[in-house]
Amino acid sequence: MLKLEARANPSTLMSWLSPVFALLLTVLCGVILFVALGKNPLEGLAAFFWEPISNLQGWAEVGVKVTPLLLIAVGLAVCYRASVFNIGAEGQLVLGAIAGGWAALHMNDGGNTGGAAMIAVALVAGMLGGMFWAAITTVLRDRFNTNEILVSLMLVYVAQLLLSYLVHGILMDPDGANFPQSKLLDDSFLLPIIMQGTRLHFGIVLALLASGLGWVFLSRSFSGFKLQVGGMAPLAARYAGFSSRKSLWTSMMICGALAGLAGVCEVLGPVGQLTPTISPGYGFAAIIVAYVGRLHPIGVIFSSFIMALFYIGGELSQSRLGMPNAITGVFQGILLFSLLACDVLIHYRMRWGK
Amino acid sequence: MGNSHQSPGDRESDTRLLLRGITKRYPSVVANDGIDLTVLTGEIHSVLGENGAGKSTLMKIIYGSVKPDAGQILWNGKEVHIANPSAARDLGVAMVFQHFSLFDTLTVTENIALGLPKHTKLDELAKRIETTAREYGLDLEPQRHVHTLSVGECQRVEIVRALLTKPQLLILDEPTSVLTPQAVERLFETLRKLAAEGCSILYISHKLDEIRALCHTCTVMRAGKVTGICDPTQESAASLSRLMIGAEPPAIKYVERQPGATMLKVDKLSLPKIHPFATALSDISFEVRAGEIVGIAGVSGNGQQELLAALSGEDIRAEYNAISLQGEAVGHTNAAGRRLRGLGFVPEERLGRGAVPDLSLAQNLLLSHQGASTVKHGFVRFSALSGIAANIIQRFKVKAGGPQSTAASLSGGNLQKYIVGREVMREPKVLIVAQPTWGVDVGAAAQIRAELVALRDAGCALLVISEELDELFEISDRLLVIAKGRISPSIKRVDATISQIGLWMSGLWDQGDPPSAPDVELVPEASHA
Repeated sequence: MLKLEARANPSTLMSWLSPVFALLLTVLCGVILFVALGKNPLEGLAAFFWEPISNLQGWAEVGVKVTPLLLIAVGLAVCYRASVFNIGAEGQLVLGAIAGGWAALHMNDGGNTGGAAMIAVALVAGMLGGMFWAAITTVLRDRFNTNEILVSLMLVYVAQLLLSYLVHGILMDPDGANFPQSKLLDDSFLLPIIMQGTRLHFGIVLALLASGLGWVFLSRSFSGFKLQVGGMAPLAARYAGFSSRKSLWTSMMICGALAGLAGVCEVLGPVGQLTPTISPGYGFAAIIVAYVGRLHPIGVIFSSFIMALFYIGGELSQSRLGMPNAITGVFQGILLFSLLACDVLIHYRMRWGK
Repeated sequence: MGNSHQSPGDRESDTRLLLRGITKRYPSVVANDGIDLTVLTGEIHSVLGENGAGKSTLMKIIYGSVKPDAGQILWNGKEVHIANPSAARDLGVAMVFQHFSLFDTLTVTENIALGLPKHTKLDELAKRIETTAREYGLDLEPQRHVHTLSVGECQRVEIVRALLTKPQLLILDEPTSVLTPQAVERLFETLRKLAAEGCSILYISHKLDEIRALCHTCTVMRAGKVTGICDPTQESAASLSRLMIGAEPPAIKYVERQPGATMLKVDKLSLPKIHPFATALSDISFEVRAGEIVGIAGVSGNGQQELLAALSGEDIRAEYNAISLQGEAVGHTNAAGRRLRGLGFVPEERLGRGAVPDLSLAQNLLLSHQGASTVKHGFVRFSALSGIAANIIQRFKVKAGGPQSTAASLSGGNLQKYIVGREVMREPKVLIVAQPTWGVDVGAAAQIRAELVALRDAGCALLVISEELDELFEISDRLLVIAKGRISPSIKRVDATISQIGLWMSGLWDQGDPPSAPDVELVPEASHA
């Protein structure tokens, strides 16, 4: 019989192998799922893991999806390492899209010519928007000790309704046949395309930069150290004199800024305008990305790549195999549960025994 | 077996419990390696050993919560397999754990009823509790809620609970760590009475004096093996500790010194409770001077935690002027700020407070070493950290893989040596140490005490809070006692006696003879009652 036996020390090797096992389990579950639905499992797997990366165009699309996932996951990794369980990055993304998009639309309406400076202004506005939304959660936690999980989650829906209200109202394109969406931004307000003929935009550079800076912050800087001690052992942080309020604010502001940046990058990138559904749940998927990437700013590069494949594979299997739209969510869910199961192996080992 | 105490077991010479070749292996360690143990009827048998010697595992095997990999257990001459604690209880084994398992919001009777069959009537049970308690001289009111009881009283509840099952073997795990000397004496009387009635007692402890005073036979364990069986009354504390650790700890020589300037001053510190089960501090005043060790004695839960948090800066609710370091008021300064002003602090919890379990020893330095040598332009200097950590490991003889080992991988005693070393290396002006040798083996404890004394001789002002009176008497220059959130007058160590301090630990310094405190300037207001 298979027995679980506690390890003397948590295994570092397993903590990195666990996501790999989780991915393999997800693939296995995918095969079972395809067979159960009467589809050819090889075709199904190809739609998820081969076709998206079989040509340059595919890689570019993966990059487009990686951008928001990676930006947010880096922010979430910082939060979760500080034991600040912000699960409302989706809301912070939406506010970033609203603030950055509004700023860009406003400048565009003013007859400006766009260009790097104005794009930068819009990006900063987006970051401030995300930070503002994160600040609401943070103030409530800081002043009234509310639970940040609940507050940040509930604020997601407020943010989505706010966006919906705006694009049905003052931001609606007057010439848009009453569709709930804003005017299209001029090309001069959009992020530059870094691979001609594709949609891959400058946002991916920002995302990789965020990942590198996040790594320096968490593993090299003293404030990153303080923040993680607060997450791992609050009593030790208090003993050391590290302020728990400061690490709460630091981590929430970093995450809010990055999620907001992700939002405005969507508006100034592939979408090009404000629509009621600016994000297909990037803020939530990034939670899985952060954990699969072991809350490591470099590790999340790989996990956001996997998650991007799921998004594109989900779309492809809808068109090719007639799978339902929910397939992406199903794969995300299986990955998360497999990871939680495999993480047991970090603290336990399996043994055959009587 | 030479036995100076009266023990019916010897006369009948029947064996209650016999263990033969008990072995238990864990992935990284052999906790018990072929242990033989014989406990006679009516015998008080102590199992003595350092932390990690395998005492607890052995007790868990007897109590059925751990299964041995090999070996035989004979109970009253018959071989038994103890599958779980309830099987052990059916045999007549009862255990009083070091950590109580009582619900604060229930009464004594209700707590005890929880372990009994459902149809037990509470009023009858209350009577049985009262009779049993009286029979063994254990003062107990069955109707009281547990949260109103002192720690000693909680222990009595646990003992009565065990006695109600009419055990043939009672296991006690480090029972005296929470008791005043007077309460320890009462506990011993109860245990002697029990033993005289034929109940065997297994007494787990590392306190040599207690074992010598109480026990008939002593089995000494080291590193999972039995290293000796002896009659503790015939042994000296030194010879027992030789059996236990293989060496004799060096004694500390006391040298009287003139203390210097006042380094830490606490002036009328009062703090309300932070949560319902905390202790409020009331009107605490004392000083600690350069080159002296001031010891604070007291039974746990009398405000030590709260006082420590207020002094270290983890709790900054104190009045601005209530605490001063080298003449500067620091009541509102946090721990990092007080550290900058020369304070060092060794907390009682090592893992999770004094050190982060999952971080390396080198990284753990950053909890208190936050100066230019370890942090430059906001970035951590990892190579410098490793250097300092390696230095501490070497100088304080910490058994560790190296600076990159995680704090959690060290044994309690070694981690404590590391933390004390970390604070000593900072060369603090004032060092506050809580429970310096709690759960630390004899060898490491002696080393830690010697380091503290060396620091005093170098001119540091030390405040040591400990529940081990022997330790305070060994290293302190002056003693204070904390009871119910109030602090006693100070008394010179050489003028203090164990019984007087024991009395003060119950909060009774206002009554009876006022202490002859020679350094009158330090007598706080509490003594003028």
